[in-house]
Order: sequence, then structure tokens, then C-alpha cells
Amino acid sequence: MNSIVETAAPAAGKISTATLIKKNVHEYGMLISLAAIMAFFEYMTDGTLMQPLNITNLLLQNSYIVIMALAMLLVIVAGHIDLSVGSVAGFIGGLAAVLMVDFHWHYIPATLVCLLAGALIGGIQGYFVAFHRIPSFIVTLGGMLVFRGAALALLKGQSVGPFPREFQLLSSGFIPDPFGADGLRLTSLLLGGVVALVLFTMSLRERANKLHYGAAAEPLGFLIAKNVAFAAAIVYFSYLLASYKGLPNVLVIMFVLMMVFDFITNRTTIGRRIYALGGNEKAARLSGIKTDRLSFYTFVNMGVLAALAGLVFAARLNTATPKAGVGFELDVIAACFIGGASATGGVGKVMGAVIGAFVMGVMNNGMSILGIGIDWQQIIKGVVLVAAVFVDVYNKNK
Amino acid sequence: MRGITKRFTGVVALKDVNLVVEAGEIHAICGENGAGKSTLMKVLSGVHPHGSYEGEIHFAGRELQFDSISDSEEQGIIIIHQELALVPLMSIAENIFLGNEQARLGVIDPESTHRRTVELLKKVGLNESPEELITNLGVGKQQLIEIAKALSKKVKLLILDEPTASLNENDSQALLDLLLEFKAQGMTMIMISHKLNEIARIADSVTILRDGSTVQTIDCRDAPVNEDVVIRHMVGREMADRYPHREPDIGETVFEVRDWVVFHEQHADRKFIKGVSFHVRRGEILGIAGLMGSGRTELAMSLFGRSYGRRISGKVLMGGKEIDVSTVEKAISHGIAYVTEDRKGYGLILENEIKHNISLANLPGVSRFGIIDEGKEYSVARDSQKKINIRCADVFQYVSNLSGGNQQKVVLSKWLFAGPEVLILDEPTRGIDVGAKYEIYCLIAQLAREGKCIILISSEMPELLGMSDRLYVMNEGALIAEMKTADASQEIIMRAIVSAAKG
Repeated sequence: MNSIVETAAPAAGKISTATLIKKNVHEYGMLISLAAIMAFFEYMTDGTLMQPLNITNLLLQNSYIVIMALAMLLVIVAGHIDLSVGSVAGFIGGLAAVLMVDFHWHYIPATLVCLLAGALIGGIQGYFVAFHRIPSFIVTLGGMLVFRGAALALLKGQSVGPFPREFQLLSSGFIPDPFGADGLRLTSLLLGGVVALVLFTMSLRERANKLHYGAAAEPLGFLIAKNVAFAAAIVYFSYLLASYKGLPNVLVIMFVLMMVFDFITNRTTIGRRIYALGGNEKAARLSGIKTDRLSFYTFVNMGVLAALAGLVFAARLNTATPKAGVGFELDVIAACFIGGASATGGVGKVMGAVIGAFVMGVMNNGMSILGIGIDWQQIIKGVVLVAAVFVDVYNKNK
Repeated sequence: MRGITKRFTGVVALKDVNLVVEAGEIHAICGENGAGKSTLMKVLSGVHPHGSYEGEIHFAGRELQFDSISDSEEQGIIIIHQELALVPLMSIAENIFLGNEQARLGVIDPESTHRRTVELLKKVGLNESPEELITNLGVGKQQLIEIAKALSKKVKLLILDEPTASLNENDSQALLDLLLEFKAQGMTMIMISHKLNEIARIADSVTILRDGSTVQTIDCRDAPVNEDVVIRHMVGREMADRYPHREPDIGETVFEVRDWVVFHEQHADRKFIKGVSFHVRRGEILGIAGLMGSGRTELAMSLFGRSYGRRISGKVLMGGKEIDVSTVEKAISHGIAYVTEDRKGYGLILENEIKHNISLANLPGVSRFGIIDEGKEYSVARDSQKKINIRCADVFQYVSNLSGGNQQKVVLSKWLFAGPEVLILDEPTRGIDVGAKYEIYCLIAQLAREGKCIILISSEMPELLGMSDRLYVMNEGALIAEMKTADASQEIIMRAIVSAAKG
């Protein structure tokens, strides 16, 4: 408590330029880093990184990590960790293969059963963590072993595939293009434009709302400049994707989930309570929050999204292997921490975790294009993880 | 010790304190909560290193400057803190030599450890195996282990901070006998105690501290110590006009507790709250006095959704009807709010915005279908900020950046937004400055005027006397006295506590 900030409240609507820039650099620091990393690899790979084909691949390669990172963020914010997600994803991929390939189930009921199985797995682990106070590290370490073994047993050590064509489309499909242009997929580009426009209007409305209830808001010019930049980036990327095969189905799923989780964490009571639980469990409990139940639900949610990621991964490979998902948990957890989540809970943002996942993804992709060996890749990724968290913590303590 | 002054950020804890302890005596130190007893002992034992305070420490004719506890221990000054510092899942022998292992080149010598432990245990009159785990011993024996640990270091001056606070009558007597035995062997001791009968029994002289200053040192070798004198010195301060004037308008009984029994959370067979019954009326400020550890916080927390203790029994009535307070949620929905004594540990999400903290206990109040209306949340926080004057840049500021007084106002805002009928305020002004205190007193007075029932738990007796309409005195888990504040004084309260402690 050596720096107690107690200045008079500034008049609503006015913020100095310096604090404005500082605040935004802090908020978008990770995004700026991601852009820098992309620019770096774009330069180093002589433009290969941003080729439409490569960007599409990059999204597909990282979709399952991003999907799991969304749920992992909630788990981490609640003050827990889940090490089992890679194994669970592998196990669910196996389950999907057995149902669809061996038992010839239709892909819709099979998918639903798989997601339910994920919820059940998350529920079992969450039960021990939340209601019996067994550290999540231990419970999910056990889960990691159990479901890796279960995946092996289920698949009898073999790879099982191929999947029905409709199921493959989950990962390898692109959104339909009724305009049918051969070169540029107009629908995808238009959709990108619509999303950019919607996000733009939403942020304008949010500002208007803030002013309406009398809170300080950013100057209009700055806000517009910022959002024009975002919109331009979105349109540019959808243009890139449109000039290949259009928007991948999984990108749509990912984007919707991102929006949903962003909304849950920022705007709903359940999100608010999860932050309170991770920030100070005792205070949360004394405020009438059912902390046990809340922890439990974060694990159920994690199980469902791990299952979804397992399905996406299996559909992408078009086969389920017992080795699927090995090490995913590390990428997912790293994504959350790079994105600014705190290991002690209570702090972290959905968008941060998504950006963190792409930081890892772009580095993987870029280094592979450059032909850097897997040995150095791992070393560099490890260093980046620790460095990102170090900078974060250092800035906070300053 | 000469002219010791110790400041904590903004607060003077000790003002020019002098303390003279003669070799071979038992010197008692007494004073109210917060008088500075423990701080003084921490200065003496090097917990607060040289340089963090002003003044000099002389020991056996030399001036000493300690940088850490190990420095003072080297000189033979050993402190035993009020909270026992033993590792529960380690053995007696391991605990006694913790940090001072019987070892050569880092390799522990089990034979000498065992032999010396047996010797030390004999000295403190314990007949336990050195291999026994601490967790299997009662509190009384654990206290003796602490003393054995002190003896294992060549102790010249032993400081005991309320050594009998958690002991029962038999264990206390045994401990005091042991101290007298040590004295006969020539050891010097300083003992902090509230219990005047103990002081009368073993002390050679008594120093009384009040508000961080030495009031008087009384030699009690010739004449036995006079309790009245000690009590008067302990509390004797002027009642300044530090409290808002109020004209209480007290209505019917709203909140009532009958035969409330709570068992200790860790020691399941220890009754902690022993059948407490009390009531509060509309618009009344009810004070609960007592020393630290008397069970006031535990009583409040057990009433608030069983947040403390086990095997709770008893009835809680609101407006004459029995209510269920078995979870915090139910307690809140029945209109009870508990403002914790530990705002950082139990009251606030520090790394979170002011407005998020304020809405936390009543999120449904700012949301529809589980979706938070940020505009409403903002205006609620803004209103609170203006109404009770939280000094901050804006309500988006993180609570961790606020001063103690403003943090406390955030906690109060949170509970006011939950719309309670009964507010339990546990040490609401602890650790905050005088100005903020006055503002909080005004707020309390206003809430009572609005017809709320206020239960004010405080260790500061002037605060209770200045604010409350009626008082209970709590000691060792029981309400031992009830009085109108108009009839009460610090002497009367102290006397009630002291005579209860006498048993």
C-alpha cells in the first residue's frame, strides 16, 4: 500500500490522452505482441505466413486449442487447473470413432453422446475438486492418466477411421457459397464484413450506453480509429480466407464460442461470480456465492469443450488414434497464461486466452515454415511462455 | 528499552516507550488490545529489525541492535508468540530443534536430538515420547513444547505473549508453576497477560501500556498488585467528542438468538460458543465487548450461514419467527449482513473493481435473467460512492489501490446494497484513520436512525461506549454481562472480564 491513488474523480467523459494510451497499450498489449510476431514471421518467411492457404491451415491447426482455452480460462480464473483435457479430447475422439465407424451411428446422435460423455467426465473430476476439496492438479493428473489409458483401451491400440463424410466437414468443410464464384468466395468475404460492421456498431453503442449512465468513456475519435483498425483487420483476414476456400466451418464455431464466452465472463452474474471465487474464495462465500457448485460447473464446461475439441481434431485427421491429444493440455494452459490469466485465479480474459493460443500457433507455424527443428521450437516456446508471464507480473508490481 | 517509538505506515504504534526489566524477575506487561504490547515485544525480539524503530535496547549492560530474530536469539532473548508456531505433522523432537537442528554438516544427529529432547521435556514436566506428533497433543502440552523449544536455545530472557490465553485452568496453573520454577533458577521473564490474577500470582513488577505509551510500572514484591489501579491505568483515557450525537429511537425486538452453541472448527469436542442468547431491537445499536479470542467473531460468523464452527445448535428468530440461516445465501435473504473484521481476507476481491465488489452480494439486484446491467451496476456503485464518500478516482478503480478506510467503505457499501435489516459489524474501524472512523460512525448512526438493527463488535471500548445503546460483554464463548451503555464504563467492562477470567 505504498501508492494510494486517491485523486478527485474526473468529470465524466474526459480522460487524458496519456492515460488513454497507457490503458490501451495495457489492454491490447498481447494483441500488439501477436501482430508483431506475425509481422516478424511474415518477413522471415518471405510472405508465406500470410498466404491464404497457410492462414486457413493455421486456423484449422489451432481451432481445438482455442476451443479448449475458452473453457480452461474459466477453470483457471476459478483458481483451478485441468491437466486432463488432452487425454479427454483423445478419448472422446476414440469414442466418436467407435460409435460412427464400428457401430455405424449417425453423426448427430454420436456427436451429442460424445459431448454428454465430456460433460460427465468433467462432472466427475469437478465433483472431487469442488465438493471434496481435492486439489484440481491431483484430480486432473489422475484424469490425464485414466483417459489416456481409456482411449488406448477403447481403440484397442489401433487407429480407427475414416469418419462419415458429413462428420469430416466439421473440420475440413467451409461455409457454402451460393454466389459460386470460383476465385473469390464472396459469401465469406461478405460475412467477414458483416461481423466487422456488427462489432463496430456494438462498440459505438457501448460507448453511448456508458455516456448515458454517466461513466467516463473514450473520446469518439479514438474509439473510431481503434475500431476501424479492428474492422480492417477482420475484413483483411476474411479476404485472405475468401481467396482460398472461404471461411472454415470450425472458424464459425470457434467465433461463436468466443463471443459466447466473452459475454459470459463480462456480462453475466455467473461470470462475475467465477472471478470473485478465484479472486477471494472466502469473501465470495461470505457474499452468498455457492463457490463449490460454481467450481463444479467450470469443470463440467471444460469437459464439454474438451470433448468438442476432441471431435474437431478427430474430424480433421479423419481418424481417431490413441495418441490424439497428447500434450494439448500444455498448449491450452500456456495459451491462458500467455493471455494474461493469473495462476492464482481471479484474473484473466477470454480474448487474452484466444490471443495466447494464436501466439503459440503462429510461432509453431512460422518456425515450421522456417525449418526450425522441433528441439529449438520447444525451447523457444518455453522461453516465450515464461517471458510473457514475467513481463505481465513485472508490469503489475511496478 | 529506552525511548522506543515505532511507526507503521501512518500509525504510531509505540510512542517513546521505556521498559526496565531487572535480572531474575518476572515482569508483566498489560494493556488493552492495541495498546502496543505485542509490538513492543516484537521490537525487543528483533521481529522488527533495528532501524525500523527509534530508541535503544540495552541488554546486560550493552546496547544491542538486532537485524532479525536470530540475532536476538543469539543473545538469549527468546519470544514465544501468542499463536503457537509448531508444525503439526512433525514430531516433538523435530519441532524443538526446528531451525536449530542437532546436526553436523547438515546431517541430523538423531541420537543427540533424542537425548536432548528427553532432557528438555523433563525440564518442562512433560512425559511424552520425542517421536510423538504435535498434532496429537493438546493445546496445553503444545504450549509446554514451545517453552521446551525456547529452553533448547541458551535462553536468558524469555518473553511470553499471553501464554495462558488458550489454556484451561489446570494447564494454566501448571504453566505458571513452571515459570516460577524457572525464576528460582535465575531466568528473567517478560509476560504479557490480561489476567490480573495471574499477574498477581507470579509477577514481580507490572508495566502498563496504553495507546502505545508506558503509563506506569508498579513494583508488586512488597505490596500485592491492586487490580483497581491496574484497570484504571489500562483504560484511563479521556472520552473525547469522537462520536456523532444521536437520539436513539428504539422499537420492538427484531432479531433474536437463543441458546446458540458452536463447537470449535478444528477441535471438534471443544465447545466454543457456550449457549449464547441475545436480542436486538429496531433502531438499536448493540455493542459486544470482549477481548480478542473471546468468541465474538466466531459467534457472528456462525450466525451468518454457519461460516464458522461445527455442530451448531440454537434458534435464530427474525420478527418473532424462526429463520433458517444455515447458508450464507439464506442468511442474506433473511436480511442479515456480516461485515467482516478482516476486510482483505474475507471482505473484498482486491484485484477487482470497486463496482464489482459493491454488487457482489446482490448480483440479482443489478441483473436480469443472469445478465448484468452494467449501467445499473455503475449507478449503484456511483450512488454508494457519493453517499458514503468513498474517495477514489472512479468506481472502475481496483480496490487494492484504496486506503484502509476507503476499502472498509466499499465493504459497507456492498452490504448496504444487499438491503439488510440486521447488520453485524465486526471491528468496523480497525486499522483506519480517525477521519474515516468518524465517517463510519456517522453512517452507523444513520443506519440505526433508519430503523436497522446494528450489532457492533469492537475491541475498542471507547467506541462501544460512544456508539452503542446497550452492551453485552463476552468472555470465553459466553455472554457474561449485559448493561445499558449509560450505566457502563470501561472500568465496569474490564472488571466483568477480569472477574470472569478469575472463574
